[in-house]
Amino acid sequence: MTVVVFTAVIFTGALVAGLLGSLTGLGGGVVIIPLLTLVFKVDIHYAIGASLVSVIATSSGAAAAYVKEGITNIRLGMFLEVATTVGAIVGAWLATWLSTSLIAILFGLVLIFSAILSFVHLADPVLTGEPGGLSKRLRLNSSFPTPDGEQPYFVKNVIGGFLMMNIAGIISGLLGIGSGALKVIAMDNVMRVPFKVSTTTSNFMIGVTAAASVGIYLKRGYIDPGLSMPVVLGVLAGAFAGSRILTSARTSRLKTLFALVILVLAAEMIYNGFAHNI
Amino acid sequence: MRDADLKKIIGQLLRYGVLSASVIVLTGGVVYLVRHGGQAPQYHAFRGEPDQMRQPALMWQAMLHGEGRALIQIGLLVLIATPIARIVFSIFGYILEKDYLYAVITAFVLLVIVWNF
Repeated sequence: MTVVVFTAVIFTGALVAGLLGSLTGLGGGVVIIPLLTLVFKVDIHYAIGASLVSVIATSSGAAAAYVKEGITNIRLGMFLEVATTVGAIVGAWLATWLSTSLIAILFGLVLIFSAILSFVHLADPVLTGEPGGLSKRLRLNSSFPTPDGEQPYFVKNVIGGFLMMNIAGIISGLLGIGSGALKVIAMDNVMRVPFKVSTTTSNFMIGVTAAASVGIYLKRGYIDPGLSMPVVLGVLAGAFAGSRILTSARTSRLKTLFALVILVLAAEMIYNGFAHNI
Repeated sequence: MRDADLKKIIGQLLRYGVLSASVIVLTGGVVYLVRHGGQAPQYHAFRGEPDQMRQPALMWQAMLHGEGRALIQIGLLVLIATPIARIVFSIFGYILEKDYLYAVITAFVLLVIVWNF
């Protein structure tokens, strides 16, 4: 296989990954790393580096559309980024120390976890009552636009959400994924923020979190331009196409299918990790 | 400057940041494929990138010598700079709003990111 063919195939794979990731909300990174390591036998460090950069691209691209609509809770995002960026640096540092086999196994476990989490029932948001002490002091409580006017909401369990975000950051820095599923769970089930707010705020945070760890990957020589180029352009084009054709009607079946694909990939990653093939 | 103006600026910043990064990466990719497209890809074993692909100053020099791979890296740097620029704008926004608590929180996030480059 020549570089031209390799680039074309990777671009196509990344396009599909970006499209499915955007339609299901699970992100493209979760597929791109197994695709590169299992199918194309790319070293996992290069795969993680390329994925991390593509995560920044899709996050910034999608955020451009969300900011204007006023759904994103920027204060909440900024506050939680303290946890995710510090975590991301710890994760990137860990990635340089852990063996590639162990990283593959951890990746598989996180994949399974993310697939299951995407089907967990999200807790109902807290829309009435008294604002809590810490969330009031940090001015995290806000409102979002609905067809019936502004809907206020209250942020609960600030410390619990902060700690969970720290773990999401470590996973993002270690495995080169956005860990959006974990971020949404932290905001929905722990902090009880409405779903619309948590998805857009999570997306806002993903790019910043990845930017914190990407410097370490670049310095260590984990970011290869020849590989990153088709991955970034493919995932970005796929995510853009996905945002255009998003129709809520059939996404639940697609989500189930995608989750099954992820489970198979996860099993492969774990098997190859234990067999020391990765 | 009002909050709405700042949001509009941030939205545009993200849009054009990603767009220009993609164009630079694509241009570098075309140069790379034209010059090295016939070679065999070697990603099975990790060797680590050479210095010109790791340090921005050396990347710039390599790009001036017409190296496509260096141009791709510069495009990726523009991409990485996009969310960082957003953070910088947000700090200004909070200072204008006199929300000093969040100006400090945001500055801390910026410091964590920049410190690792």
